[in-house]
Amino acid sequence: MDTLLLDRIHFAFTITFHYLFPQLTMGLALLIVIMKVLSLRPGGEAWNQAARFWAKIFAINFLLGVVTGIPMEFQFGTNWSEFSRLTGGVIGQPLAMEGVFSFFLESTFLGLFLFGEKRLSRVAHVGAAAMVWLGSWISGFFIIVTNAWMQHPVAYRILPNGTYDVTSFTGLLFNPWAWREYAHNMCAAVVTASFVVAATGAYYLLARKHEASGRLFVKMGVVAGLISCALQIFPTGDLQGKFAAQHQPAAIAGMEGLFHSEAGAPIVLIGQPDETTQHIDNPIVVNKVLSFLIYGTTAAEVKGLDQFPRDQWPSALPLLFYSYHIMAGLGTWFLLLMAAAAFALWRSRLYQTRWLLWPILLSFPLPYIATTAGWMTTEIGRQPWLVYGLLRTSQGYSTHVSAGNTLFTLLGFLGMYSVLSILWIILVYRLIEAGPEMEDAKLAPLTLTA
Amino acid sequence: MGFVWFWIVAVMLTAYVVLDGFDLGVGILFPLLANTEEQRRLMIRSIGPVWDGNEVWLLAAGGTLYFAFPLLYASSFSGFYLPLMIVLWLLILRGVGLELRMHIDDEVWRTFFDGCFFVASALLAVFFGAALANVIRGVPLGADHYFFLPLWTDWLPGAKPGILDWYTVIGGLVALVALAVHGALWLAVKVSGDLEAKAVRAVRRLWPALLVITGISVPATMIVRPAVLNNYEHYPILFIIPVAVVGALAAMRYLVGRNALGAFLASCGYLIFMLVGAAAGLYPRLLPSSTDATRDITIQEAMAGPYALHVGLLWWTFGILLALLYFITSYSMFRGKVSEQDSGYGH
Repeated sequence: MDTLLLDRIHFAFTITFHYLFPQLTMGLALLIVIMKVLSLRPGGEAWNQAARFWAKIFAINFLLGVVTGIPMEFQFGTNWSEFSRLTGGVIGQPLAMEGVFSFFLESTFLGLFLFGEKRLSRVAHVGAAAMVWLGSWISGFFIIVTNAWMQHPVAYRILPNGTYDVTSFTGLLFNPWAWREYAHNMCAAVVTASFVVAATGAYYLLARKHEASGRLFVKMGVVAGLISCALQIFPTGDLQGKFAAQHQPAAIAGMEGLFHSEAGAPIVLIGQPDETTQHIDNPIVVNKVLSFLIYGTTAAEVKGLDQFPRDQWPSALPLLFYSYHIMAGLGTWFLLLMAAAAFALWRSRLYQTRWLLWPILLSFPLPYIATTAGWMTTEIGRQPWLVYGLLRTSQGYSTHVSAGNTLFTLLGFLGMYSVLSILWIILVYRLIEAGPEMEDAKLAPLTLTA
Repeated sequence: MGFVWFWIVAVMLTAYVVLDGFDLGVGILFPLLANTEEQRRLMIRSIGPVWDGNEVWLLAAGGTLYFAFPLLYASSFSGFYLPLMIVLWLLILRGVGLELRMHIDDEVWRTFFDGCFFVASALLAVFFGAALANVIRGVPLGADHYFFLPLWTDWLPGAKPGILDWYTVIGGLVALVALAVHGALWLAVKVSGDLEAKAVRAVRRLWPALLVITGISVPATMIVRPAVLNNYEHYPILFIIPVAVVGALAAMRYLVGRNALGAFLASCGYLIFMLVGAAAGLYPRLLPSSTDATRDITIQEAMAGPYALHVGLLWWTFGILLALLYFITSYSMFRGKVSEQDSGYGH
């Protein structure tokens, strides 16, 4: 195996595993703030209990997010040293800002939130929760700014020694790609958290235990889920798709499996792309929809892959095609399910409608899959570029680190993260089984920050 | 501007060593000082609320290094590939061990995570010390400013050194003993009773070892890298730094058992002056070459563009002031001795 491929797998694996945790904690942080605000109303103690329960789930996921996140910041240097050397003058900025502006904030206020309920006033405790939410969303922002520059480089110049230098601080932070991507990504985090909360509630109702909490969780999860699933498709997904079609047309052609340019291009719902024959096998298509989605008119011509030289095609075309279709297909399912559930909730029938609670329960892993597939779409779509149009992936890795060393550490991470997965399952399962009514004293306290 | 950022990174790394240093030290002493489950809980609780924030300094320093000196970040992180990855695994083990031990009330579960916490803390101290020693010794930089070091070769700091050789092992031992003492002095501030007495005894026992190993490290450095003295010879005022190290060591020994906070601060001073002394010896180099001085990575070569560094100074100042505010809040809410009655959620 060559070093470049191993480095790519190394990053893909560690980032995918890492992002299983922040996508929940960023969304859950917002839901916890909402629970805490609701608890301020007269008779809101049930919401306070719910917030306390989800704070425990949050804490475990936050811990795993922290310990799997540290390797990410190191890996730019260890495995992608040429990339770091060349672009550090630009993307080092948002990465450093993440550490300074987000991590200190998060670590301090998470401690106050988890351990300060008795010491702080009720409003101050809501404030601590809000600061944790703010910190985690700031962190997400700087990471998206970093990624957005790789997708759509702006505000840079190339110095005589070949390295990149930032020319406008605000231009970098307000990259037009960044805010679209940020909106779509943060919305996805709320989708994940909503499904986890709703699925836990559905489980309680189906198992006929902790039913009062179950109803609360289902209600919150379904309402937040419906809103975030709708926003996920429109406007955030729509905005990002249209912007990508303008600036990364080859990626869009690959995602849609459009080998040949076409006016009134159809959308392929399912099919298997064949790169050699440049054809989609067994396609199920809806005519003219793709042109409409991108240009708002059914007649517009959409650029196919034939418009681009072969060495600029996304290098893992079928994987890109499937990632995108899995994301979009699941996104559609989420909206349908949440709309049905919200309708039943509105008619006061959801808690008894077991055939609807079952899919809510079983769907809890799907947002994780959809989010991962979405990120794979973004990142594989960017290939063969590391910085779109400027720097190829093959120019960015650490040539001085041998394939043997990279494989060694990749295997190490595989082993380490297997153990973490098992621990996560044990601990989250125990908390959910114990339920929100469990006395705190019986569940040993966490020590994380204060 | 390069001068400013050199010291900003140095100060952030020093803050990391001083702050995370005491909770690493508590980890090193964990199985040695605590005999009972209550004592183990006390030790964990003495660092529980702050360790994560302390560790953020490492991340923030790493990010700042990347931003201010991209070439140094690229060269050193890929060149120290294996030890850095091992450090990452140890940080994972340590964080998980510390946080998850209390989750299930079962002796086997707890013992496993206690073991993780202890081993990872001790090895982290050794690796951090060895890492600094590697930077001081220099690495075989190529013409392209890159290098790659295996974990060990023949244990000699010659032309083909490994991460570990006799000199860097000394660096690792200095860190191990210094952080153990630092952790014990923190415990003496934060706990009372039997555990406090044991922490004070541990300092008294470890102090001669710290004195000896610190004493060995100075001539060893001069043998391995005589050039560290250049700056000291040009600016004799710098000799105040080793004097301060000795003073801090003496104050630590005198104050332990008398004034717990004073002794802990003396230990902070020891760590700060040791690191400042190393940084003063390196400046203006960031990573010296062990083979050819013309290949040294200097501030001038490694620093990012002037605009980035200028804007960076604005947000960095603002961000660090905020961070200091958070730290003051968090440490003051958590001041005083921890007792066995304290518990986690909502108390």
